[in-house]
Amino acid sequence: MITLGDYLLVSGILFAIGFAGVMLRRNLIIILMSLELMLNAANLSLVAFSRFRVGPDGLPNYNAQVFVFFIITVAAAEVAVGLAIIVALYRARQTTDIQNISSLKF
Amino acid sequence: MSPVLFWIFALVTLIFGAAVVINRNPVASALSLVVSFLGLAALFMSLNAYFIGIIQVLVYAGAVMVLFLFIIMLLDLRVEERRRINWLASAGGLALALILFGQIFSVVSHLEIAQQPFPPLPGSTTDDVRNIGVALFTNYNLPFQVVGVLVLVATIGVVLLSKREPR
Repeated sequence: MITLGDYLLVSGILFAIGFAGVMLRRNLIIILMSLELMLNAANLSLVAFSRFRVGPDGLPNYNAQVFVFFIITVAAAEVAVGLAIIVALYRARQTTDIQNISSLKF
Repeated sequence: MSPVLFWIFALVTLIFGAAVVINRNPVASALSLVVSFLGLAALFMSLNAYFIGIIQVLVYAGAVMVLFLFIIMLLDLRVEERRRINWLASAGGLALALILFGQIFSVVSHLEIAQQPFPPLPGSTTDDVRNIGVALFTNYNLPFQVVGVLVLVATIGVVLLSKREPR
């Protein structure tokens, strides 16, 4: 029998994998993709809880799924703007390696 | 959903998610992410969230990843050449990720509700599009309109950021 904890565990592992990607990779686009992995891990967690909370009418609690809808929309807009920034950066510096773009580093 | 299917899709999602982080070729990373999203959509379907599963495939795997692939091809990113790995920094980053996962695991394993299986659904769930639509346009109408404005602002921002400097 699959429990709620199994879904939360998969969501936690996916989040940790995305977090490791953001920490360890130097290519900006891979970092952005790892960020998307983290967002999707949160979406999985929300949908699992939505299915778990069954209301008195026998239907799952759809508020969390509406939230996931908004998260997907906002993440798509964020990816578009992030990639536009990366393209502008690449035009200026000809690199996507974060170690070459560290002029604001403390 | 049978446990075998759940673990197959969960392993697909996790293994290809790890492939995103490990691959040195950005195109291979992007394609691994597509497969990971498809595995995730299957997990959503197993939770009776049919609308969210379809939206995941359409928007994430279908639009966002195609955009990523366009940009990777546009910038002509090559395979990252093997360089001297800073082992200390890599170990630190990996330790952080493992600590984070350890904390998540300890929280989940101490939740009592996490041990319970999912309650059965006596009601029909095949019209979840209708229910989500009703909730979206009645209770959450204001966030819906705000997100519409947000997407407009993002579009304008992308066009503005992509303008070349006038020579």
